[in-house]
Amino acid sequence: MSGVAQARSSGRMQRLWCVLRDVAARPSGAVGLSLVGFHILLAALGPWLVPYDTGAMSSGEMLETPSMAHWMGTDHLGRDIASRVMLGGREALIVTGLATPLAMLWGGFTGLALGLAGGRIDEAMMRIVDAFLSLPGILILLVLVMTFGTSNAVLVPTLGFLFGIPIIRVARAATHEVIARDFVAAARARGHGAMTIIAVELLPNVRDTLMVEGAMRWSWMLLAFSSLSFLGFGVAPPTPDWGLMIADGRIYMSLALWGVLGPVIALSSLIVGINLAADALAKSLGIDRARKAVI
Amino acid sequence: MLTLLLRRLVLGAITVVIVSLLIFAGVEALPGDACTAFLEREAQGALLEKCRVDLGLDRSAFTRYFEWAGGAVRGDFGMSAGGTERIATLVTDRLKNSALLAACALAVGVPLAILLGVITGLWRDRPVDLILSTSAILAMTIPEFVSATVLILIFSVWLRWIPGIVVAPADYPISAFFPEIILPIIVLSMVMTAHILRMVRSSVIEVMASDFVQMATLKGVPYWQVVFRHALPSALLPAINVVALTVAWLLGGVVVIEVVFNYPGMGRMMIDAISDRDLPVVQAITLIVAVTYVGVNLTADILTMLLNPRLRTYHMRRR
Amino acid sequence: MGASPLIQIKGLSVGFTGLSGRTLPVLHDVDLSVARGQSVGLVGESGSGKSTLALAAMGYLKSGLRLLNGTVRFDGHDMFDQRRTGLEAIRGGQLGLVPQNAGQSLTPTIRIGKQMAEALRLHSPLPRADHRARALELLEQVRLPDPEAIYRRYAHELSGGQQQRVAIAMALAGDPDALLLDEPTTGLDVTTQAHILDLLRDLAQARHMAMLYVSHDLGVIARTCDRVMVMYAGEVVLEGGTRDVLRAPVHPYARGLLASIPKLADTHLPVALEGRPPAPGEGRTGCAFAPRCALASDECRAAPVAMQTAARGMQARCLHHERVAALPLGGTGAAPVHTVRDGPPALALEDLAVCYARPGFWDKLTGAAPPVATVQGITTQIARGETLGLVGESGSGKSTILKAIAGLLAPLAGTIALDGNTPLPPLVAARRPAQLRRVQLIFQNPDDSLNPRHSVAQILAQPLKLYHGLGGPALRARQEALLEQVRLGAHYLDRLPRQLSGGEKQRVAIARAFAADPDIVLCDEVTSALDVSVQAAVLELLNDLKAAAAATYVFVSHDLAVVHALADRVAVLYQGRLCEIGPTAAVYGRPSHPYTEVLLGAVLEPDPDAAPRLLTNDAADLAPPATGCPFQRRCPRHMGAVCDTEVPPPRSGPDGHVIYCHLPAEALEADMAPGGTAS
Repeated sequence: MSGVAQARSSGRMQRLWCVLRDVAARPSGAVGLSLVGFHILLAALGPWLVPYDTGAMSSGEMLETPSMAHWMGTDHLGRDIASRVMLGGREALIVTGLATPLAMLWGGFTGLALGLAGGRIDEAMMRIVDAFLSLPGILILLVLVMTFGTSNAVLVPTLGFLFGIPIIRVARAATHEVIARDFVAAARARGHGAMTIIAVELLPNVRDTLMVEGAMRWSWMLLAFSSLSFLGFGVAPPTPDWGLMIADGRIYMSLALWGVLGPVIALSSLIVGINLAADALAKSLGIDRARKAVI
Repeated sequence: MLTLLLRRLVLGAITVVIVSLLIFAGVEALPGDACTAFLEREAQGALLEKCRVDLGLDRSAFTRYFEWAGGAVRGDFGMSAGGTERIATLVTDRLKNSALLAACALAVGVPLAILLGVITGLWRDRPVDLILSTSAILAMTIPEFVSATVLILIFSVWLRWIPGIVVAPADYPISAFFPEIILPIIVLSMVMTAHILRMVRSSVIEVMASDFVQMATLKGVPYWQVVFRHALPSALLPAINVVALTVAWLLGGVVVIEVVFNYPGMGRMMIDAISDRDLPVVQAITLIVAVTYVGVNLTADILTMLLNPRLRTYHMRRR
Repeated sequence: MGASPLIQIKGLSVGFTGLSGRTLPVLHDVDLSVARGQSVGLVGESGSGKSTLALAAMGYLKSGLRLLNGTVRFDGHDMFDQRRTGLEAIRGGQLGLVPQNAGQSLTPTIRIGKQMAEALRLHSPLPRADHRARALELLEQVRLPDPEAIYRRYAHELSGGQQQRVAIAMALAGDPDALLLDEPTTGLDVTTQAHILDLLRDLAQARHMAMLYVSHDLGVIARTCDRVMVMYAGEVVLEGGTRDVLRAPVHPYARGLLASIPKLADTHLPVALEGRPPAPGEGRTGCAFAPRCALASDECRAAPVAMQTAARGMQARCLHHERVAALPLGGTGAAPVHTVRDGPPALALEDLAVCYARPGFWDKLTGAAPPVATVQGITTQIARGETLGLVGESGSGKSTILKAIAGLLAPLAGTIALDGNTPLPPLVAARRPAQLRRVQLIFQNPDDSLNPRHSVAQILAQPLKLYHGLGGPALRARQEALLEQVRLGAHYLDRLPRQLSGGEKQRVAIARAFAADPDIVLCDEVTSALDVSVQAAVLELLNDLKAAAAATYVFVSHDLAVVHALADRVAVLYQGRLCEIGPTAAVYGRPSHPYTEVLLGAVLEPDPDAAPRLLTNDAADLAPPATGCPFQRRCPRHMGAVCDTEVPPPRSGPDGHVIYCHLPAEALEADMAPGGTAS
């Protein structure tokens, strides 16, 4: 048994490794993975790398152009833009890094269960899912943030919940494709329970779709998080955040170009990187992503 | 066929009812109400009681839901929290402006997206496709406020061609929003073109690889006739649903873009209402947006059903 | 023959670029010629390159394939050196194609009439005003009922047989000199197939067309072609007159293929071909068949074998064709195991009825008539160790009955009992594990019934853990023993389904069913997704396992010869109702139900002298009739009102042979006169 189990788990690792290598072998995948990796590294090591304290104001050095000392210049409060850009993605990455798996877990499981259950329960639950999807997501987010504040303890579950809802639909649709196949009928005929069928028969076949979907939802979640900051409802001011920096920098755009351009490049490169990687992942796994993209 | 139409309509109606319940319950669940928001610090004791009685907040949630929902059906959303204006009047102007923006973006985006989608699908993996598909990923993923900011930087700050901000208030006539509206249209159509393009592309690829397209070719049908007569009618059907989602998104208020360009549409109204904690307005907007979403998707489903001979006859037979 | 050939292919090689960057050939140096008025059959199993060859004759290669060498000429035109407009003029004009799957090959968004008109517009000299009349005339010619109505329909509104006829009519629109037919009857019911082939034969004779007929089915070729080419691994290995190739093939592969086809007259199982064909593009030095050939010598393996002229003008790619010719034909397969034992029946069905359609809310509201049950009135007992065959065309409800027995579908009425008296709860959820273990189901398509993400070990472990609680070394030992039983080695344990061939996959599926130690094994078309030579091996395996495990089989198949080879008793179903049930010999002999007679008459055998007898039209019924005999609408012996209103009574013969028909036994004894109307 142990031999079989070992062979199995090593097979799984091997598959993951193979997929990763295949993703990296595609031009878009290589670019995407390195961008994402770079940003994660930067967020992790940023605090030890930044040349200046991100909060340190200097009234004498407001809105300076790039120089050797401040190579992206300074903002309207005299803070070093480069340092702030380097740390501006930390909050976003932490929050979305926690909320994305949360969304995938709850959305994925609910979708699988509904897909398997079918019938009246499925029908009724999908009406509620439809109702949630019809609500403007950003508005729900804004209302909750306004009421409960912007701490991570609020943002993570909120984002996780909201972004899990479209995943329910995706997981359910993917389950429907699998469930009509005979190996599910075979498992049912053998008398396996619903949980076993979900875990053993369905999940391995839906996992790829969920992974790609999760990667994409991650980028959308980052977008939502930054939009929130940009609108002034997100990260509280002294903390550096790209969305917030772009909102602030816009006013002084003609004076301190890098105050906008820095965070713009940083945020865009991260999101584009995630999407390129997700696209390559979808191709490597043989999933057509575009057909299911907009839900 | 008729049965199916009816079924879809009933399902849509059920969704709308659930939405209204969700919205009402959601707002109920929030701490504080219109009175606490209006009275702010003085919200206590007799004053609060009186305000609640005045606004009818002392009645059961059940009664208030039916009153609210009943009003909404008649197009009456009550007064805003400040008690000064009718929500319906406020919303009408904003909705008109959002519709204007949406219509312009659709007029640019949809034909462009379909054209480019067909091109990239037919010339799959050739340079045209690689360039357009990559641009589509960029256009789709770069945050709207980023592209908006960059466009303002280029066209308003450096080139000074188009003003970067709309100054006209909500109730001005349509003409007042030109030419400022051009930049938001560009940003919006970029995003939606990218989405629709990718869908159309993969649909075209799928259909071009189908047995009936191969058969048409082997029947000696010239290439472009194969594309236009045999392939595209099937390939473009799924686009209807994506376009519908885009329409819903556009009408639902593109919050960020409206804020960036100071455009007085539904999105800005939403932000203002939230900032002012004007819950009746938030409730009203959410309901309108949600109903629009349901309605547009319903229309798309019915349209697909009417245009796809397979679905059409299948359901006729079922009857 | 005489005149210069219409289609002439010389030295054609086609290949694709593999992942490694090497060019892997799919077709090797193929020569082919078809003259006006001649019909040539191209036979081979999946992967032999026969369809690629047929499409190449039109100058068309599927995406990814490249022309490596050789020429394809049609009426003197080089098809791979044509401008687009030249090809467009020939394709669909002089050279028509009848595709494999007409349902998917007709454009779904254009009405049949418009598609016909398009073909005429492109290829017919007729003035536009006459197109409609001509299209209707063509639809009439392919024996479609009510051409006016078909003209206005969409493809999906037609039955499979009608779609195929429309595809033929469309190919005729260009008034072709030659017709390519790519598996034109695959997937159709036997009666429909027989009708379509009949039509094609008549058309070829009337129009003096050249026909190139691609099929995996030697029976189809025997019925339609003058000459046959047998393909193996991208090469033509045998070519000759149909009669000669079928009667005395001089290539060992052709011989093996012929022996692996089950025939109605056989009393033994078909003989399996050992080994498996090379994958497309697999490297080889000598004869491609050498690894599977009993006669292979070093000479065969050393260098590619050229075509040799053999007896009766046949061309064979075999150095030992003379020795092959001397071998006895057919060979004898294993005898079917008959192990019927006394005691209570293993399985008893009592008045079983199943209905897919449930009246919806809307139907209740409008008071619509309740839907007619899909399967009704199935009563039979299956003895321990017996094999009951269920036969019938698509829609006969045979798979539905299996699903109901397996507990996947709730019956509308009736009972299913084990051991003669223990009623089984209707659905899986209510059955006890011990009951579940005793009934196992094997599905048609192993691609669908094996989870693509599970290794063979995981697949086999599921029933072993669930029913027997095995783990550790005991589990491993049992897994290996099971693989051994289905003749696969222990090294298969770590493989995924996609790393197995079709036959190997089905063996794994069979091993999974037997892992439960079942008493009753339900086989749902278990060989119909497989090539014939593989089918023979799987039938042999099922036969051996039955002897070893003393199991009871319920064996569903549309193939009457397969059922004949394996079953002790046979039930013939039409529209979910029993027509006839009894011992195999009795059902396949006389007297018989009119439907059984129709079915048996339509069977195609790989025999140049056997012609199917067409006794009725092939218009499939969409739903069973509400009253009377299920076969009333198509029955060539329809007696009148009694058939339409009253359920036919069971007429019992000896040995539990029962025929459900209003006709008296004497009438059922006599042969029917052929000549049923083609719809």
